[in-house]
Amino acid sequence: MSKYFVNKFLFQIDRDPELLAAYKDDPGALVEHWEASLGRQLGNGDPVERTTWLSFEPEERRALVEHDYVALFEMGAHFFLCLTIFIAIYDEDYAASQGPLSFQREYATKLSHWLGNDYPTVAL
Amino acid sequence: MAELSAVLATTHHPFFLKATELTPPEERIPQAAEWKRKVEAYRETLTAAQPDILVMVGADHFHQFFHDNYPTFLIGKQPTYDATFYNEEREFSIPKYVLDGHEELSGFMLQGLLDRGFDFSVSHELKIDHSIICPIITTRPDADLPIVPIYTNIFAPPLPSPKRFWDLGRAIRSIIDEYPSDKKIAAVGSGHLSLELGGPRQFGETGPDPVFDRNAIEWLANGDIDAILANVTHESMSGAGNATHGFMDLILMMGIAGPEKAAYVDNLDLFHTMEAYFTWYPNGDPRKDGAR
Repeated sequence: MSKYFVNKFLFQIDRDPELLAAYKDDPGALVEHWEASLGRQLGNGDPVERTTWLSFEPEERRALVEHDYVALFEMGAHFFLCLTIFIAIYDEDYAASQGPLSFQREYATKLSHWLGNDYPTVAL
Repeated sequence: MAELSAVLATTHHPFFLKATELTPPEERIPQAAEWKRKVEAYRETLTAAQPDILVMVGADHFHQFFHDNYPTFLIGKQPTYDATFYNEEREFSIPKYVLDGHEELSGFMLQGLLDRGFDFSVSHELKIDHSIICPIITTRPDADLPIVPIYTNIFAPPLPSPKRFWDLGRAIRSIIDEYPSDKKIAAVGSGHLSLELGGPRQFGETGPDPVFDRNAIEWLANGDIDAILANVTHESMSGAGNATHGFMDLILMMGIAGPEKAAYVDNLDLFHTMEAYFTWYPNGDPRKDGAR
C-alpha cells in the first residue's frame, strides 16, 4: 500500500488545471506520466530532488486509471481529495443531464454498503 | 491591554456566496433567503463589537499543506495574505482576496504560544483557504481588518485531542488578554458540526448526524466543556460523519471565550449540513438590547 502516493497524485492533479483536464481525457496516459515524473519530484514539484522509492501498487494504479472512487475509499485514500477531484471531473456533466448534486448522490449510493460500519482509516 | 471584544464560532459552508448571491434568484435553493438573513444577523454580532484586528482560526484543506509536511498547529506572520485557491474558485465560486496581516500580534501570539507549551509552526508565505475566507465573507465581507491566521490539523490523522483544542483556545485567550495594545480584538473561527465528505452519508437531506448536531449546539451555547469532553472523542466524531473533526475548531473557539453561555446562538438546517452561529462577548455585550 502506498496511500501517501495515491493522495499525492490526487493532491497534485486537483490543483493543476492542465493535469486535471488530462486526467479526465486520458487517465491511463496521465497516471503513467505522473508516476514517472511529477510524482517522483520531492514535495510539490522540486525541480532537482527526487524521491526514488515511491510507486503505486497495481490495484492503486488501476483504481486511479478507472476513476474508481469506491476502491479508493476502501483503500483509505483521503475522502476530501477523492471527492474534490471527482466532482471536478464529473459534477458538471451529471448536473447538466441529471440535475444538481446527482453525481454526489450517486457517489454516496455506491458507498452505501459502508453505512453502519467503521470506514477504512485515512491515517497513514 | 487589548480588549477581546467578541469571539465567534461558526460553521463554514463554502457554497454560501454561490447559493445566496451568485446563483440567479429563480434557481436558488428554497432556504437561500433565510440563510442570507441569518448570516446578516450574525454579522451584526461582530460589527457591534467594533474590532480592530481579527484572530482567525481555520484549517487548510490540502490546499497548501500536504502529507509531506503537515503542521499540527501553524500561525501566519505576514504583512499580507492572498486567499482562495484555484480549486476553491473552481468548485465553490469563492472570489480571490488580498487581506492585510497584523505581523506584530502574530509575533506576540507565536511567542506566547511557545511560552505556554504550544510549539507552533510558523509560515511567512501562507495562502488563506476557505476555512478563513468563508467567515470573512459571512461576518466581515469588506475584508478591511488585519488578520492573524491560526491553522489547526482537523484533517490529516492522527489529530490532537478535543481537550488539546480547548486548551489551545484558553492559551490564545490569555495571550490576547496580555497583548499590550489599546486595540479591540475579535476572534473568529470556523469548523463544522457533523459532516460527511466522500462517504455514503454525504449530501443528504440533513447533516449526517442530527442528534450530534443538536447536542453540539447545546454544548456550545451553554459553554459546557465538561459535556463536550465527556462525549466527544475522535471515535464519536467519526461515528457522526467522517469529516466531523472540524468540530474541534469550534471547541477551540469556545476555549477562547471560556466556559460561558454564548450571547448569540442561531442555526439553520440545510441539505448536507446543519449550519450554526455562536458569539460570546467576554468583556460585555455591546449590543443595545443585549438580547440573546
